[in-house]
Order: sequence, then C-alpha cells, then structure tokens
Amino acid sequence: MIDGVIAIYIFMLAAFTGYEVISRVPVILHTPLMSGSNFVHGIVLVGAMYAMFEASSPLARVIGFIGVAMAAGNAVGGYVVTERMLEMFKSSGQKKPSGGHP
Amino acid sequence: MSFLNPSAAKWIIDAAYILVAFLFITGLKRMSSPVTARGGILWAGLGMVIATLVTFLAPATGVGHGPELATNFGLVVVAIAVGGALAWWSGKRVAMTDMPQMIALYNGFGGGAAAAIAAVELYKGVEQPLAVGTLAVLGGLIGSVSFSGSGIAFGKLQGLIKKSFRFSGQQVLNLVILAAAVLHGALIATGAHATPGVVTAFFLLALVLGITMTLPIGGADMPVVISLYNALTGLAVGFEGFVLNNAAMIIAGTVVGSAGTLLTQLMAKAMNRSLGNVLFSGFGDTGGAAGGTVTGSQKPIDANDAGVMMAFAQKVIVVPGYGMAVGQAQHKVWELAQLLQHRGVTVRFAIHPVAGRMPGHMNVLLAEAGVPYDLIADLEEVNAEFETTDVALIIGANDVVNPVARNDKSSPIYGMPILNADKAKNVVVIKRGQGQGFSGIENALFYLDNTRMLYGDAQGAVNQLIQAVKAIG
Repeated sequence: MIDGVIAIYIFMLAAFTGYEVISRVPVILHTPLMSGSNFVHGIVLVGAMYAMFEASSPLARVIGFIGVAMAAGNAVGGYVVTERMLEMFKSSGQKKPSGGHP
Repeated sequence: MSFLNPSAAKWIIDAAYILVAFLFITGLKRMSSPVTARGGILWAGLGMVIATLVTFLAPATGVGHGPELATNFGLVVVAIAVGGALAWWSGKRVAMTDMPQMIALYNGFGGGAAAAIAAVELYKGVEQPLAVGTLAVLGGLIGSVSFSGSGIAFGKLQGLIKKSFRFSGQQVLNLVILAAAVLHGALIATGAHATPGVVTAFFLLALVLGITMTLPIGGADMPVVISLYNALTGLAVGFEGFVLNNAAMIIAGTVVGSAGTLLTQLMAKAMNRSLGNVLFSGFGDTGGAAGGTVTGSQKPIDANDAGVMMAFAQKVIVVPGYGMAVGQAQHKVWELAQLLQHRGVTVRFAIHPVAGRMPGHMNVLLAEAGVPYDLIADLEEVNAEFETTDVALIIGANDVVNPVARNDKSSPIYGMPILNADKAKNVVVIKRGQGQGFSGIENALFYLDNTRMLYGDAQGAVNQLIQAVKAIG
C-alpha cells in the first residue's frame, strides 16, 4: 500500500480536484456530467483485471470474472450513453451561431 | 510476456496511469462547459483505453503466476468482451428518455465491480494491515450498497417496481442492518474472524441494505439517489484503489466521489431538502395526505383556443417536465416554438433544476430536438420574466410549478424553489389526466383562474397545438 500519509495527501488533493472541476458547471450539463463521471469510475476495470490475474481459486475466478464483466459494462455503457448525450449538444451548439431568433 | 523485464513493465504501467489520471481530470473539466463537452468524453475515453491496455502488461510485473495465469488472462479477455458488448448494445439502443435508468444500471455495475474486488481480497482470508483491511471492507460495503441500490433505482425508473415499500420502523431496520454489516466488517478488517462465512454474511448484509434503503424512496427523488450512488461508487473504487495500490483507481475514484457528492448536494439544494431528508423522510409519493386542500376546479381548454392564445401572444415561456420525456414530445415542442417564433412571438424555455428524473434531463431532451442554448433559461434567470409573459405553457411538469411550495407551510414541498408560472397572464397546462404529480401533492396552479388544462399526452397535445397555430396561417 502507498505510504499512509502520502495516501491521505492523494485522497485529499483528488477530492479537491473533483470538487473544483464540477463547482462551476451549468445545470444544462448536469446529466451528461453525471454520466461522464459514471464512466470515469469505470476505471474499476483495471482493479478487477488485477484481481482476476491473481485469482487462484475457483471462487476467486468466478467473482473476478463477474467483476471484470461488470466493470467493462460500467466503462463501455458509461461511455456510450455519455457520448450519445453530448452528441446532441454538438448539433445544437452548431445551430447556435445561425440563430433561432426570427 | 517475457519480452519485458518486470521493472520496465512496472515503469510503463505507472507512467501510463499518471497520463490516465491527467486525461480523466481534463476530460471531466472539459465536460463541464457546453463548448468543450464533446471533446471531454473523448479525452476520458482515451484514458480508459490506455488504462485497460497497459493493465494487460501486469502479468509481466509478476502479478499472477503459474499455469493458472494463462487461463485467467483468457478469462479477463472474455469477461471484457462479454460485459463490454452487452453494455455497448444496450447503451446504443436505449431511448434518450430512458437515459436516467441506464446511468443507474451502469453505475450499479461499477459498484458491483468494486465490491467484487473487495470480495476477492477478503475471501483470501490472509492477514492484512488494519488500514488495508478497513479500506477493503469499506469499499466492499459501499460498492455493494451502490450495486443493489442502483439496481432498485433502475427497477423503479424502468417501471419494474411500481410501489414504494414503506412500513413503520423501516429506518430502525436499516440501522440494524447497517450495524450488523459494520460489525461483520470490523471482524473481517481486524483479521480476527475473516472466515468465508463471515465474509459472505457481510456482503449479503450490505446488498440487503442497498435494497431496503432504496425501496422506500419515491420516484421524484431518484435523480438525487442516482447521483448519490454515483458518488458512492466513485468512493468505493477509490478505496479499492488504495487496497490494490493502484494510483489510477485512487485518483479517478476519489475525483468522482467528491464531484458526485457536490452534484448530489446541488440537486438536493434545488429541491430545498437535505440529503438526509431525501433518504429518510419517505417523501416522493406519500405527500398526498399532507398539505392544505385546494379549492376550485380545473378548467379545461380546447387545443384550438390554446393555439390561438399563444399565436397572438407577445411572449410564451415553455416549462417542460417529465411528461414531455414520457411523451417523447421534445421535437414537437421545438416545432411549435419555431412556428410561434415565425409569428413574432418571443419563446423561452424555463427549466427547473430537478424537472424530469435527472438534473439537466430536460436540457438533454431539448438539445436532442435542436433547441439552441440561448433560448433555455434556468430558475433564477427566468422567474422575474413570468410577470411579463402572456402564456406559460406547462408540458408535463407538476411539482416544480406548484405555488403551494411558496405559500403553504404545511406542504411537504414548502420552501422548494419553483418556477413562478402562476404569475404569467395565462397558464396552459398539458397533462394526461386529473391525477396528481409524482409527489402526490395537489397542485394549486391547476385551479387558478388564469389556468387552463389541455388534457392529453404531451406529444399528441403539442401536435394539436401545432395544427391550431398552422390553421391561423
């Protein structure tokens, strides 16, 4: 494990970063951003892969397999829905300069 | 994997994880501005691909060994292919209106994966330093609650679970389950009784807790709950990152944990409720009993009359709600707005922070239909404008325009900031029937003298309005 005090530093700084990144977000992006952050914690896939590589019993293998599959679902699904949502913002963003005002 | 020596492989993985953390944070930062949001998900996505690919180098650093490694390696590939393909397929075909429950579902998967990592670690039954054991247990607890809780949230939003189960003493029961889970967790973390039986009991208790915590929460509160579970999953991932000594997981998980917590607070604040209130009060669909009675009657209007009223108005404010999402009416609504604009009517869209089932739910739907951002206003911006508005068109919104929140202290939604649609000269409400809103609270707006009800599903009703406006020529 990463040395205790350093671990707390990392935790604290990462927590501040998350807070700062989101603190000035417009309401319009709340759902895409929630979806995007949902995608980002799909990084759990990496940990599930480690657990699976090290699995030495049938039980660990079953749990590991389910874990990797669910983590991949989190990452891929999170990406797909976020991308689809933001795709819409692109199209309306492009329309913006040409107006909509009569 | 013999072409790489262990220290070189380790170096590559470590360096790549730093890059990944940078890409995630940059991606999230970009996602918080409409202009750069599209690029943001690409940055984060690139980070995820890099993280996954370099992790395949892990066996070269001495992770896993023996003949089992080849099998495990193959199983990892199969698991990623299966989980990824199912999620890709479901994510691509789900309707835009069903996004909230898909987010809940994928979030539940993440929590489940974090719990699975904890389970693999804890079932080993090896003595660990107290800090590592504690973090593994905490991550397992939070991940399991997030997994089963998100599953219930998905079931409720998908309409699989229609009722909110509630009985007296429910919170006491939740507390008892939590206490039992924590007790088992403590036994495991201290290494005193980390037997498979205790570990199994611990995870079962945590899963049950997620279910009993979420079942009583009403549908109106689901956005807050999904956001909370999103934050919890992030935290669980961060904790398991400490256990596995994995910097990418620690940073990404913690960033999501804090960002998600802030997002949850913003949402709860928009509803003028504390998080504790959302989780424990059982609001959401019991409110019908509370609150003063509303007198008067609902006065219906014909689509033609409503169309004429809007066509000759100076200014129309459209207030969309969940009904617009259910009716898939966003494209029709924009068509109507454009027709009105061509007649010289000023049209704006007013979005309450918690309209729909997710914050920004309405924004996403309107963006899908192609409504430009500058026509969309949020609560603070638009509330002063209602007094100078000729017609406020309420499409399937209810609680967020209920004036009871301003003036009836006995109402459960008293104090919640609302859109002051009742101040408009005329109010047209599109509504499926005479029923109550999601909160079950009678809406005083519907009984005002300047309010007219246009009954029908959102898409059909808006379509009639379009025909009515077109007929004027």
